[in-house]
Formats: sequence, structure tokens, C-alpha cells
Amino acid sequence: MLQLSSNSQIEPGATLVDLRRGDTATLDSIDLPGEEARRLMELGFLPGMEITAGRSAPGGDPRVFQVDGSEIALRRETARLLKVRLPRKPRKS
Amino acid sequence: MSDCNGCAGVPVLELPGRKGAVPPARVAVIGPPNSGKTTLFNRLTGLRQKVANFPGVTVEQHTGVAQLPDGRETWIIDLPGVYSLSPRSEDEQIAHDVLTGQRGDTPQPQAVLLVLDATNLARHLMLAAPILSLGLPTLVILNMADDLRKRSGHVDLKALAAQLGAPVALISARQGEGIDQIFEFLAGAMPKPLLRELPVLQDVPKCRAWAGHIGNQAKYRPPLPPKWTRRLDALFLHPVAGVVVFAFVVILVFQTIFNYVTPLMNGVKWLFAVSGNWVASVLPESLFRSLLIDGVWKGVGSVVVFLPQVLMLFLFIGILEDSGYLARAAVIADRTMAKVGLQGKSFIPLLSAYACAVPAIMSTRTIENKRDRIATIMIAPFMTCSARFPVYMLIVLAFVPNWKVLPFLSTQTVVMIGLYALGFVMAVFTARVLKSSVLKSGRTPFLLEMPSYRWPTLQSLGLRLLDRSVVFLRRAGTVILLVMVILWVAAHVPFSHGKPPALENSVAGIVGHTIEPVIKPLGFNWKIGIGLITSFAARETLIATMGAIYGMDSADENSVDLQKAIHRDLSPGGAVALLIFFAFAMQCVSTIAVVRRETGGWKWPLVQFTYMSVVAYVGAFLAFHIIG
Repeated sequence: MLQLSSNSQIEPGATLVDLRRGDTATLDSIDLPGEEARRLMELGFLPGMEITAGRSAPGGDPRVFQVDGSEIALRRETARLLKVRLPRKPRKS
Repeated sequence: MSDCNGCAGVPVLELPGRKGAVPPARVAVIGPPNSGKTTLFNRLTGLRQKVANFPGVTVEQHTGVAQLPDGRETWIIDLPGVYSLSPRSEDEQIAHDVLTGQRGDTPQPQAVLLVLDATNLARHLMLAAPILSLGLPTLVILNMADDLRKRSGHVDLKALAAQLGAPVALISARQGEGIDQIFEFLAGAMPKPLLRELPVLQDVPKCRAWAGHIGNQAKYRPPLPPKWTRRLDALFLHPVAGVVVFAFVVILVFQTIFNYVTPLMNGVKWLFAVSGNWVASVLPESLFRSLLIDGVWKGVGSVVVFLPQVLMLFLFIGILEDSGYLARAAVIADRTMAKVGLQGKSFIPLLSAYACAVPAIMSTRTIENKRDRIATIMIAPFMTCSARFPVYMLIVLAFVPNWKVLPFLSTQTVVMIGLYALGFVMAVFTARVLKSSVLKSGRTPFLLEMPSYRWPTLQSLGLRLLDRSVVFLRRAGTVILLVMVILWVAAHVPFSHGKPPALENSVAGIVGHTIEPVIKPLGFNWKIGIGLITSFAARETLIATMGAIYGMDSADENSVDLQKAIHRDLSPGGAVALLIFFAFAMQCVSTIAVVRRETGGWKWPLVQFTYMSVVAYVGAFLAFHIIG
């Protein structure tokens, strides 16, 4: 997967699931087989892109993510496979 | 949602070989999902293919004719939306094959109209790379100019055209803005795109970087985030308010239908009674008059009276579809879908099955996973389609008193919503069984693009209602009319002493009596039995049959009220049994045909028919015996 150097802080193992509503992070890699990763990438989930977590269905799953000018709903099971770098200081959990 | 019965899968127009003249050019419309290709297609051709505000509405190619200003004609081919030219699902395969000339039924187009959403240009430009590399003359169309302007976005069209090496047009297909530029392109020389350096198509990040570069060169300024979409999502996707709003909308739909549209229905009923009496008075007493009055007026007429209600239902569905709310409903419902092992993509076909299972089953083509697709096809006919709706209306109006449960909620509405829920629960249960046994499969990621909310246009809603009326009346005037004529003949033979027999002794009566032992355990008599048999042609034929039978049978034949008559023939338990039978049974020839076509054989339609019949019979049996 394409790795872009960046000065964001890396919280090991952080994924899209860790974002709360309004949080923004940079996509690092997609942990899915080629074809499925491609589909995500065509929708804007490219390594290096900024992703903002939006609203979700009741219960937090699926959640809408804002990426590259679109809003895309992802299930938790998929969001878990998208590794991200959190910018600036990591959020308290 | 879209059309029902008959036209399933037939391209809008056949491509006839025109002798002598130069054959018209063939131009394909392609673009990402929900970029407005079909809206543009309808603009160019004057046709009315189904459109809605969510991705994946078009699942097969449609062809229509555009009349150019100089009188020449061009064939326009509308294709399903694609994000790239590497096909994964069946609808994408179709788009890919047509564009590359690999599809037998559609010759390769000579030019391409590439439709991109101007409000999301940077990403959508990615598709320009594979399309331009086909080398076909291409017009790049930036749609939704009105949205781009309103949200202060900007793009330099000249610079973009220079970067792409192809002409560019900024239009709004919805408003009809800029359509003349497309006609100019079609009427002109249609130049091939100039060769520019294109990225390696298989490399998505490189394609995106290329698209971003082109966007920058064209001074593309993306529009501000859609303010109202964010505000409305704060309501519709709110954990509590979202669910309350959803429930409120559903209640509102049915309350309106029962309280405000049913009076309209009485008006239509009155029209049929008056016109029927007039026809009866001017025609001499004859067998032909009997056929016309008993078969056509009473039979077909008793179905047509439900037109106002059906239209009101479709008006609401149309508003939900065109506004973009359905995509949110899909997100809210996804949890349930995930629990039964279905993916989110199954939800949109299931929703459209509320109109008709035929287009719903076709729209499962957007589902890449074969097993998920078959599971969705298997459960779609359980959703309450619009042919069941008049049957439910008749029984509910005849048997359920209109009491108020809450100030804004009546008993009839509760029962009606319950019937819709019953179909959904049965669908979910069946999916659970299938997905945990024969159709088990691995998970595929759920991705659904949320469209911005848009105001439904009056024109689009009006056209939907018109189309719906045509479909409804066409069914009444063809399938149902034909069944009524057959029924009338069956009810008038064999003649004895030059006179038709009493209904009970006619062929129709004998058939009804023959199946009575089978249906008696469900609380149905031989007359309902005749209705059940005819309803396998189309569900609402039950109403026509009962209307005709009561007209032919009773002594007071001029004043038979169908609701009262059916009340005499069914016990409350029998009425519930009838509702359950209609909720579960597969009484639809068109659905069986489309399932056979989409699954490529008789296996699945046979399994489905048998399963649904057994469930319907057992369900009706239990209902009748529990309620009595």
C-alpha cells in the first residue's frame, strides 16, 4: 500500500472505527484484498486522504464518512480494516 | 418505483436496420452512479426511464432516439453507473461490454457522453481516464451546474477542455440548462479526443492524482459542503429523532390514504356505477350486455376504483426516492440486514419491491456477490407490492372499523402498517434461513454513497404518477380484462334450455367447488376459491373476480357493494386468513418469469414458488383456526 510521509502522529493500530463524530484522520492503508480495496479507493478512500467521521445509524453502525467530497456509509466491520493516522495529539479515550 | 409487468428487461426501442439512409450514430451515456445520466437521457430522448436520487437505479442499458435540431436522429444508449471500467457487478459488466463493443445485442457506440457530477469533479474526473483512453469521440458533461453555482463552486471550462483534449459542457439535466451544447456536439463533427498523457488505469492512486492535477489546472474550486444535507442528516440520522421521524412518515402516508383518499375512491366508484347503469339502459338485454356489465364494468371497475390510493402511495414513495432520504433509510436499516446476513446493498432492491418485485429483482444486479444476490431475489416477493395493496385495502375497509387509537392513528392504519411489516418480517426470516444454510457466503464490504438532498421536482413527481396510472390501467385493461372475459364465459356455460346456468352450476362454479375441499380449512368458500385461482394471473384480479362474481350471482345485482358482499362471505378468521395468504403467496406470473431469467434456470423460481405457497397455506390455516 502507498505510504506517504507525514508529520501526523501515529497511534499504533488506529482505524476508522476509533474516530468519533467530527474527528478527522489521514488514511494510511486498507487491510483488504486487492479488488475490495480498489472499490474503496475508487470511492475516495485512498492512502493519504483525509477522512472525517460523520453521523451514524442508531448504535453507531454503519457510520457515514466524509472523504474526497463525498459521504460514504461503511459498516463497522469494514471501517475496522482502514488504518489511519490521527493528526496532532491523540484524542483522550 | 419503476415499471411493473411486461416491459421488464425489454430495451426501450429496438434498433431497426434502416435501408438506404445512413444509419444514425450511436452515442453512449456513461458516468459514475447518481451523476444524472438517466435524467439527461430522458431530456435528450423525451423518454421516461426511471430516475431517483440514489446510486444504482439503472441496471441495464436502454436505447432511445434523440432528434437533432437539423432533423437527423441519434441513438442514445443509457448505461448503468460505473466508478471505473473494471467491472465487478453485473450492471458494471453491461456498461463495460457495451462501451468496448463486446455485447451482442448492442453494437459499439461511435461516441460517448461522459456525465460527471460537477459538485464532486476532482474525484469523478478519475473516470475520464479510462473513457478517454477508449479513443472514441467524447463530450465531457459536467452535470448539476445549478448545485455548483448555488454552493459557490467554480471550474474553468476552457482550461478543462484543453487539459482533457475533449470538449466540455456545463449543464443541469434536471433544469434543462445547457442541453443545446449536447445537441451541438451530436450534430457536429464529433472529434476524437486528442491524445494526452493518461495515467496507468489499474493504479487508482495515480488516477486520482491525475484527476486532481487536471482539476487544479482547470482552477476547480469545489462547492461548499451542502448545508441543508448536513442539517437534515442531523435529524434523519439522529439516534432517537431519526426513528421517530421514520415512524411518523409511515403513519402519515397510510392515514392520508385512509382518511383523505378513500372519499376520492367513492367518487370513482360512483362514476362506474352511473356509467354502468347508463350502458345497461341503452343496450338491449343480451349476452353481450351481460359481458360488458358483469365482466367489464363490475369486474375491471372494482379494481380501477383503487387508483387514487395507489397513486397517493406512489406520490409518497416518489418524494422519498427523489429527495435522497431512501439512502439514509438504507443506513438505518443496515443493522437488521447485517444480522440476517444480508449486505446493505440488498436494501435498495427490497425497498423498491414495495412497488413491484419485477424491477426489484432486476435491480439486484448491483450486488456483486452471487449468493447474496440470489438470497435477495428469493425474499423480494415477500415485500408488499402495489398489486397486494388494493386487496389489503378492500379487506381492511370491509372488516376493520375505523376507530381512533391515538388522535392521529386509526385502527385501519395500524392493520395496514402491520401487513406491510408482516411481509418484511417474513422476508427477513427467510433471508436468515437461506443465509445460514444453502446461501452462506463471506462478507463483502458495505459501501453506500449518500447523495445530497434535493427537492423533488413537480415535473418528475407528476411523470411518475402518470407512468404509474398507465401501468395500473394497462394491467386492468389487459391481464385483468382478459381474465374477466374468460371468467364470464366460464360462468355462462354450459347452457341448459337456451339459458346460462346458475353460477353454482357453471364451469366456474364447478371449478370453485372442486377446489373447495383444499381451501375450506382456510375459511374460504367456493366463490373465494374462484378468486384465488384467477389471482395467480395478477394479485388484484381477486378484486375484479369478486366484483364480477357478486354481480352475476346475487339477485340484487344492481346494488352490490363489494365490501358488504365480501363481508357476508368471510368470517373474521377467514378475512385474516385471506390477508395472510396474499401476504405470503407467490401469485404473480411476471415475478416467476423474471426470477427464472435473472437466476438463469427453473430451479430458484420453483423453490421460491413452492416455499411461498406452503408458507401462505400454513399461515392462512393457522390464522383461521386460531381466530375462527
